[in-house]
Amino acid sequence: MPSAPSPSGLRVCAGAPGAAILGVGAARPRTVLTNAELEQRLDTSDEWIRTRTGITERRVAGEGESVVDLGAEAGAKALAHAGVLPGEIDLVLVATSTLEFAMPQAAPQVAARLGSQAGGFDVGAACAGFCYALAAAADAIRAGTARQVLVVGVDRMTDILDPGDRGTVPIFGDGAGAVVVGASEENRIGPVVMASDGERSGLIARAADAPVLVMDGPAVFRWATTSLLPYARLACERAGITLADLDGLVAHQANVRIIDALARAMKLRPGAVIARDIVTTGNTSAGSIPLALEALVTQGDLPDGGRLLLIGFGSGLTVAGQVVSFP
Amino acid sequence: MTDEEVLAGLAEIVNEIAGVPAADVVPSASFTDDLDLDSLTMVEVVVACEEKFNVRIPDDDVPGLKTVGDAVAYVRAAGVAA
Repeated sequence: MPSAPSPSGLRVCAGAPGAAILGVGAARPRTVLTNAELEQRLDTSDEWIRTRTGITERRVAGEGESVVDLGAEAGAKALAHAGVLPGEIDLVLVATSTLEFAMPQAAPQVAARLGSQAGGFDVGAACAGFCYALAAAADAIRAGTARQVLVVGVDRMTDILDPGDRGTVPIFGDGAGAVVVGASEENRIGPVVMASDGERSGLIARAADAPVLVMDGPAVFRWATTSLLPYARLACERAGITLADLDGLVAHQANVRIIDALARAMKLRPGAVIARDIVTTGNTSAGSIPLALEALVTQGDLPDGGRLLLIGFGSGLTVAGQVVSFP
Repeated sequence: MTDEEVLAGLAEIVNEIAGVPAADVVPSASFTDDLDLDSLTMVEVVVACEEKFNVRIPDDDVPGLKTVGDAVAYVRAAGVAA
């Protein structure tokens, strides 16, 4: 309830009792790049790529598939899936790290493509960006500053790769995913867990001498396979459940071996769904979690009201995760 | 802990993680060339060694562990230091 006015106190909005994901959408670029094609242009092999990453193919964006194009396509599909009109959106959040320029931001352009003049800003938390943006959206709804929020995760990672780097080219791809977040009587987006380790910002970064991504693969693998379990556990605790209660894991699609190691450490119950959209999509950074979520929904792999842990992690280093109940 | 004890523990780890027969894990064996471990499996072996032998093996030191003998010597030295 709003507090009584006082000389120094400002009113707060009356927020919704809970927030929920109302719909999901994805935009996958037309061009498929297979491991066999990569064998032709890099010193690598299908076997090398599959055993180290689990990836068999990825999508590469081309003409008419800019960050804004892909974000708007995923956003439009999420709105349609949710049955929400563009004019009913109060805020657009776009998680991305691969816009050509930092200005203008992607969010207002995505909003305009959808026919919306909602407020908007970009979230630059790399592979964890979607979970940060989802948390901001849910908090805005529970705080009463927005009724419906469009959250987009999108990256064109192939724009920032060194084409000769066999350590990164096979891993990364392009794509966008989006969700519509709205008010709900029953809260279906749990409290977020957030953390960072800026001392290790050099592990995944744009090179100082060239505008390409450099990554210390083994060190990142070690960090991801040994550091995430406590955050996963805490996200469950904050949501009032345990790891054993989860119906699924939708982790950032960095590498199948990281996903499998995390799932093993979490001791998920038998039958719990583990998203492995990376196999045919590659690592799309901020796009990966909503893309993987969309794939699970489209394939009908999720039980109604299933409790899923979303967890993003990557460059920064940054981590964010929350439990959601969806669809 | 003796060289033999560390070697036996390491062989157990490599067998469990990579499915390599423990008898193949001898001091002269190269992790990549002889035992066929990739860089990520090597990371898993290092993390398991840290737990089993209660030592710390920083990322920067991992590339220096080329052979089983290198790893045994590293663990023994680190164990003594700790």
